[in-house]
Amino acid sequence: MRAAVITFPGSNCDRDLACAFAALGAEVVRVWHKDTALPAGIDIVGIPGGFSYGDYLRCGAIAAQAPIMRAVAGFAAGGGYVLGICNGFQVLTESGLLPGALMRNAGLKFICRSVDLRVEAHDCAFLAGWDHGAIVSLPIAHHDGNYTADDATLARLRAEDRVALRYVSNPNGSCDDIAGVLSENRRVLGMMPHPERAIDPAQGGADGRALFAAVCESLLSV
Amino acid sequence: MKARVHVMLKEGVLDPQGEAVRHALCTLGFSGVTGVRQGKVIELDLTQTDRAKAQAEVAQMCEKLLANTVIESYRVELI
Repeated sequence: MRAAVITFPGSNCDRDLACAFAALGAEVVRVWHKDTALPAGIDIVGIPGGFSYGDYLRCGAIAAQAPIMRAVAGFAAGGGYVLGICNGFQVLTESGLLPGALMRNAGLKFICRSVDLRVEAHDCAFLAGWDHGAIVSLPIAHHDGNYTADDATLARLRAEDRVALRYVSNPNGSCDDIAGVLSENRRVLGMMPHPERAIDPAQGGADGRALFAAVCESLLSV
Repeated sequence: MKARVHVMLKEGVLDPQGEAVRHALCTLGFSGVTGVRQGKVIELDLTQTDRAKAQAEVAQMCEKLLANTVIESYRVELI
């Protein structure tokens, strides 16, 4: 199983994400934002957290136009798996690979703490390591995690079981307590919480490990 | 030619920053402000000299990058 982890100028969770994939047995290839193609044989692309391009214009807006994102869009269109975490989620909404947008937290403060999340979606390779309805604890660290979409989009996400994770106690004003959403084919996941910061008890919790374990196992068996 | 692009959150999208500014104005004694919406102004220097073409090009720039039309609206002013 080969995972590509993309680095933009200002990414700061790229190494953590690479370590998380590697810890669960993936071969990790680091990819630079100026590259125009993904390496051969990639099974999943990870878009890490951070402050790509200093959050200029809007979080994720400039990164969404980086040369590598055209290749990522093609990879996703071909049924490839993509995981965007925090700034990676913002990049995925800005590039149109996921619906909605992430606005400034309702309380206007940067929030950095662990939060409880409920596993909501069924039939998803990323979530298969958790029971449906399970409560997991993962760190959040963001200023712009307030998920927003119009009513029609929210209704569609609910009807198609594409809300991956919900906050048990909404920290940032997100519509419908949404912490993570899936693409129509359920292979692109964007989420504000950081599973890669919770893969070892030494990090203060290991609830995120199951996400990487599930996706690595699912892609190994393909 | 210059273009000035005004980007605002759409009507109906809550603007927490604008609300914080309104609170701060109230604290300063400006009690007559009932709403604040905060947006961006982006100025572009263009080589294009045809106004209609410039208008169309800048609209495309807004759609592709300068505004996130999920939550923002934009207005282009040529100057």
